[in-house]
Amino acid sequence: MRGWAPVGWQRRVAWGLGVVAVVGPLVAPNDYWIGVMTRICLYGTLALGLNIVVGFAGLLDLGYVAFFGIGSYLYAFLASPHFGLHLPFFVALPIIVVLTAFSGILIGAPTLRLRGDYLAIVTLGFGEITYLLLINLDRPINITGGPSGIVGIDVPVLAGFALSRNIEYYYLFLAAVAFALFASARLRHSRIGWAWQAIREDELAARAMGINTTVAKLQAFAIGASFAGIGGSFLASWQKSVFPDNFLFTESINILAMVILGGVGNLLGVVLGAVLLVALPEVFRDFHAYRLLVFGLMLMVLMVFRPQGLLTLETGAAKEEPDLAAAPEPEADARV
Amino acid sequence: MADVLQILPQQLVFGLALGTVYGLIALGYTLVYGILFMINFAHGEIFMIGAYVGWWVLSWLLQAQVGGLHPVWVVPLMLVHAMLFAGLLGVLLERFAYRPLYMRGATRLGPLISAIGASIFLQNAVMLTQGARMKVYMTSLLFPRTWRFQVAGVSVSVLVLVMVGVAAVMMWGLHLLVQRTSLGRSIRAVAEDREMAAIMGVNIRRVIGVTFFLGSALGGAGGVLVGLYYTQIDFFMGYSAGLKAFTAAVLGGIGNIRGAMLGGLILGLIESLAVTFMNPAYKDVVAFAILILTLVFKPTGLLGETVSDWEKV
Repeated sequence: MRGWAPVGWQRRVAWGLGVVAVVGPLVAPNDYWIGVMTRICLYGTLALGLNIVVGFAGLLDLGYVAFFGIGSYLYAFLASPHFGLHLPFFVALPIIVVLTAFSGILIGAPTLRLRGDYLAIVTLGFGEITYLLLINLDRPINITGGPSGIVGIDVPVLAGFALSRNIEYYYLFLAAVAFALFASARLRHSRIGWAWQAIREDELAARAMGINTTVAKLQAFAIGASFAGIGGSFLASWQKSVFPDNFLFTESINILAMVILGGVGNLLGVVLGAVLLVALPEVFRDFHAYRLLVFGLMLMVLMVFRPQGLLTLETGAAKEEPDLAAAPEPEADARV
Repeated sequence: MADVLQILPQQLVFGLALGTVYGLIALGYTLVYGILFMINFAHGEIFMIGAYVGWWVLSWLLQAQVGGLHPVWVVPLMLVHAMLFAGLLGVLLERFAYRPLYMRGATRLGPLISAIGASIFLQNAVMLTQGARMKVYMTSLLFPRTWRFQVAGVSVSVLVLVMVGVAAVMMWGLHLLVQRTSLGRSIRAVAEDREMAAIMGVNIRRVIGVTFFLGSALGGAGGVLVGLYYTQIDFFMGYSAGLKAFTAAVLGGIGNIRGAMLGGLILGLIESLAVTFMNPAYKDVVAFAILILTLVFKPTGLLGETVSDWEKV
């Protein structure tokens, strides 16, 4: 289980977070804060999924929200009056996980040979196309419900017990983020995980060491997308409705910011990023209008002063590799 | 079908006008990418702010009740202000959001994320200071609706001619600047090999700053032209216009000035055709599909990639 438990103070923070996560909602002052904690778990799951693509494999995906949207809409298709299908939650979930993983491969495949920044733009393009399809596919045949989305989605039923209160959903979401954490930690020190990290550090060297980079990258896209499929179906079942506007470009950036803020590749960091970026806007609700202004400023300041995020990778691999294309001028070459 | 064929020439004129403006904005992406290999994601917002500056100038003139408003002097006045403001903004962005990153030798992704942050910041700064509601350009006061004439059965407005003319003059000016002046030679040298240029005595910080000024100023001019043409501007207009201009730059070959113009024209024409022949809701899907197909199948674009190839093209 090496790498599963972080070391030193990070371990204590992780334990603290775990205790708060389990006990928190029981002592929360009101339902509103339970809702906030539920959203933290949702975004934690999504951020951990994106972390597999961006953090582990080093592929900058700016259209991650596409998979989130696909997962949500798939649940809406499978369990709502929209198509008259009413699959039970835990029957629909595996189907959605497989289908979103497949969509990850479909979107990932064309991007395999692209350089970092072009890959980012192409994934952004796929994200936008997904949004445009969601909002426009109500004609000529009504598939997505168009701008008004799909409503009346079934609630999850667990062993004959239909979820209704926020706190019940909370523990379901907590299980999802715990699963995502566990899977990420196990993946990271698996053969696939090491292959991803080798690709991130130096793709050419990874290939020379016999790693099939094509397969490894597709695995990253598929697994990352399947996490979003889980998150998406949970969101759809919680909101009981899905709308295209849940899946805008800013949402992709929001999730990406969680990964970057906490520390790319660091699991505790990614969860902390989700906690901060969901909770802080709630704490400063009175300044709601300035949320995105501060958010954009934060991205700039972070990149300029601490590009590796709040928590660094324990492997010491966080130091940035000089890019030949962005070679610094000689006098500024005093990198430490 | 007969209806479609009837409006087709009209749509092509529209596509031409749109295409030249896309080309103008695409030049900003191309110039910056040519020397820094960086996607200036905030360029769309600089374009949007250019549109706002043009609107300020025009509304100030209207409020001050300056008589004899005529496009011959009003349009250049709007353009000059928008270009100066946008250019300075571009220089500021470069200085504070990008330079610390590329001077450190960061990977390509750091500057891209910083640029996305800048884009979100500028969008919201404009929304908070100017309001979320759209502003209306009083274009009809400058270009009366009767100012149009028939060419081969197609009605062309004077405004479209002005747009194409302004864009063409600016592109020609940029071409001369890059090819014929010593500043242009420095820009090409930095694009070719930044370290070598520094060794040969080129002040690369200044050159990069000037390049950002030029690219952003052209984007600002594009903002004024789009504002005049569409008559409505808002804080979010830079996002999709920026992505499309970026598509144009990639299509023509990013880093390549002629490529940006060609890519802009092609994209404008394809978009006007898409609006004519299919559901207009999918015109953005067409633009994104072109972007993805180009990047996947011909990432160097139609005319090749680097700025230093300009001489050879």
